[in-house]
Amino acid sequence: MTGGWSAGDTLPEQAYTVTRADLVRYAGASGDFNPIHWSDRVATSVGLPGVIAHGMFTLALAARALDTWAGVTGRVLELGCKFTKPVVVPDDEDGVDVLVRGTVTSVTGDAVHVGLEVTCAGQRVLGSPRAVLRA
Amino acid sequence: MAVDPALAGRTFPPTDPYPVSREKILEFAHATGCAYDGGAAPATFPIVVAFAAMTGLMTDPDVGISLHRVVHGEQRFTYTRPVVAGDVLTATLTVDTLRQIGGADILGTRSEIADADGRPVCTAFATLVHRGEE
Repeated sequence: MTGGWSAGDTLPEQAYTVTRADLVRYAGASGDFNPIHWSDRVATSVGLPGVIAHGMFTLALAARALDTWAGVTGRVLELGCKFTKPVVVPDDEDGVDVLVRGTVTSVTGDAVHVGLEVTCAGQRVLGSPRAVLRA
Repeated sequence: MAVDPALAGRTFPPTDPYPVSREKILEFAHATGCAYDGGAAPATFPIVVAFAAMTGLMTDPDVGISLHRVVHGEQRFTYTRPVVAGDVLTATLTVDTLRQIGGADILGTRSEIADADGRPVCTAFATLVHRGEE
């Protein structure tokens, strides 16, 4: 599917809801049990507004969007970002929504370069998120 | 305690071999909502192995890092091939750069992730920010 992409293409926005339960599940799956991702007491003690999502969880959501857009898994050649703003996840049933948008910035030979925008509550939470996919 | 200035350029021993099971990939895919059809693991799955390498660095008593002062500033992966079930992976971490900005130590790390035959699978670059004492 990436074969048909060209520079300037906008990829459909993906919305993912993140709850505390997701963070607990991700802690177990990734092995990252830093308590700022599950304990309000610890999170606030280090100056955070509350429990925040693992930066790598947010980046995993960007990877999820890439697979959805590509229509196939295993096409990612490069993926990266800065962790600029925390995703604060409330202790309720609703959680927060993380939105992932993408634009094809260039296509060179076999490589499709995608610029990403990952936001939560109207703020960019990842800095310069981008990926390269195999066409 | 400050981070050892001689850390730049140092390569740490490889992590213990990590056998990748279908169940572990499924667990990771389920946790992140990523699709898994029995082939490629989700793109960020290698963080499981890279995290072990970073933990090795951060808990090494000679390095001088206090875990609670570390913030993950940046992460990037480049892939030679996707991770698949049956892989036995090791990560070898090198501290590429060490800078000091405003009382914080900024560590640029690179973990080379290889399979059981020593062939490269992916490289995980992480920037770790170690905040100084207040």
